[in-house]
Amino acid sequence: MTFKHSIKTATEGLKANKARSVLTILGIVIGVTAIILVVSMGQGAQNLILDQVKGMGTRTVIVGGGREPTGPSDAGQIFSDSLTKRDLDLLMRRENTPSVKYIMPLVFGASSAAYESDTFNLTIFGVSPLMEEIFDMPVKNGVFFTDEDVRGRAKYVVIGHKVKTELFGADEAVGKVIKMKEHSFRVIGVLAERGQDFFNFDEAAIIPYTTAQDYVLGIKHFNRIVTEAKSETLINQAAEEIKLTLRESHDITDSTKDDFFVITQVDLAGRLGAITSVLTIFLAAVAAISLVVGGIGIMNIMLVSVTERTKEIGLRKALGATDRDILSQFLLEAIILTGIGGIVGIILGASLSFGISMLIVKIAVLAWSFSFPFSAALLGLGVSGLIGLIFGLYPARKAARKSPINALRYE
Amino acid sequence: MSLIEVRNLTKIYGDGEAKTPVLHDISFTIDKGEFVAIMGPSGSGKSTLLHLLGFLDDYTTGSYIFEGREAKSYAGDEVARIRNKKLGFVFQSFNLLPHTTVFENVKLPLLYSDIPEATWGALAEKAIEAVGLSHRRDFDATQLSGGEKQRAAIARALVCSPSVIFADEPTGNLDSKSGGAVMDILKKLNEVDGHTIILITHETDTARHARRIIRIKDGMIESDTVVAKEHRANGNTLNKID
Repeated sequence: MTFKHSIKTATEGLKANKARSVLTILGIVIGVTAIILVVSMGQGAQNLILDQVKGMGTRTVIVGGGREPTGPSDAGQIFSDSLTKRDLDLLMRRENTPSVKYIMPLVFGASSAAYESDTFNLTIFGVSPLMEEIFDMPVKNGVFFTDEDVRGRAKYVVIGHKVKTELFGADEAVGKVIKMKEHSFRVIGVLAERGQDFFNFDEAAIIPYTTAQDYVLGIKHFNRIVTEAKSETLINQAAEEIKLTLRESHDITDSTKDDFFVITQVDLAGRLGAITSVLTIFLAAVAAISLVVGGIGIMNIMLVSVTERTKEIGLRKALGATDRDILSQFLLEAIILTGIGGIVGIILGASLSFGISMLIVKIAVLAWSFSFPFSAALLGLGVSGLIGLIFGLYPARKAARKSPINALRYE
Repeated sequence: MSLIEVRNLTKIYGDGEAKTPVLHDISFTIDKGEFVAIMGPSGSGKSTLLHLLGFLDDYTTGSYIFEGREAKSYAGDEVARIRNKKLGFVFQSFNLLPHTTVFENVKLPLLYSDIPEATWGALAEKAIEAVGLSHRRDFDATQLSGGEKQRAAIARALVCSPSVIFADEPTGNLDSKSGGAVMDILKKLNEVDGHTIILITHETDTARHARRIIRIKDGMIESDTVVAKEHRANGNTLNKID
């Protein structure tokens, strides 16, 4: 029998049992829907995180004190006060870091801010005026503090958009005084709204790092030194120059004993991307289990169908069907079933994740973007076809081996 | 050369203790153009004989030569090919595909043949016409009367122009009137169109349409009688045959 007629015969067999065919593919539909949904949402989350990381600036290189923590209880954390003023001065020397354009120390800590009767929990960032450049952070109202303010340990603060609305509502904030950690700070600027970003600057108070070290946090070291390479191509070279300078400053000869870590925006994006990828793959694997369950359902129904259609099989054989004709008829029925299930699942999964993306954008106000996971769709279709093949094979072989005599027996 | 040559054919089901012999030492020949009825009570082995002749089952010992070639020498897909090309089957319970038109049912054997698809329609039309069902061509098989169903099944058996048509109790599920119509068609196919027909039945009323009657009892041939032409289909002659 030609392939065309095999397909026709298989389709007619399925049409004869419409309700059963629809119920049978439900398992596959749900499985593929779940996979598409998980992968699509995973991609959306990944894109969101990567966009936020990119918001740090593509040329940013961050130096942290201590060994890069590999876990919450990592002992490397005890060296986290290793970045000193001396390190900063050494890094600032042009001959040490020729590929670096900007160098800025960063300290941070949690605090609350109070204005009149309102308080708001925020993060204090102690930085230099380079902050505006490195993080591309325009001040909407007022000004940023100056190097002069840094040297003078001025109690000036630039507040994030949300801090402003929480403490001052629609009132003018610039010129007002807020209290943080028992110290009074004059608001000299309000940042433009940034939306969700990596550091969540909308809920930050930005003050000179000297002020933060001496008055607010009581520390002598820096939490981070944020630098910007001269260009994107120089980013790895800049990281290398920083490492060499710091090793010299800390008397380190063995790079595995570094008491600091250097991370580029590319590294960070890669690492966060890897985390979401692993999560997505894990969830997709869970969803894939339902595909296997669906496949077993198909096998079950195909076995019932083969038994029910013993007479039809016998008749076809008596009329000249070969074992292979019967095998391909039932195998094709299974594959067509799972294939249709796969296609319906892809459509359903894509529509669902599109709907959820819309909801996320609307309700959570995130810069979430819907992405159709082509690879997952292809994989879903391929896997469901394969499941039809695998779980259809046993019933189809059973059908092919049936004796034609059964068709002659009186029912 | 005979169409069918059976020599010392036996069929034994099962093994050891459960060994059940069904056919003993059957021998006969059937020539092209014959209309043979194989008669016998139920359990006599006549259905088993039909299965063997129809390449649907294997015999245990002896020889069955179909068109000059030993049946056992056909293997695998060759058997399917023989069934498709050389044999036509008419079953007691019609075995038409439900929810499928008469036309599509009759076309079914062509799907498994090597006959070019372009001619399928014409061949099916011709077969349907031969059994006088042209007016039911596009009817669903489930909408037909019993007699019409069996006529459609005969058309299906005819469509590949087989060397022999096996009819297994073709009137068993029909009332006498439509049963008679079915037998008339088989007779016409034999007499007018020259088809070889092997009929299996336990009813003398049906068997009398044939030109030769082979009686089987307890797996052995009891008698093999040629019915004189003038005696056929004549109620009076049945006694003479008996």
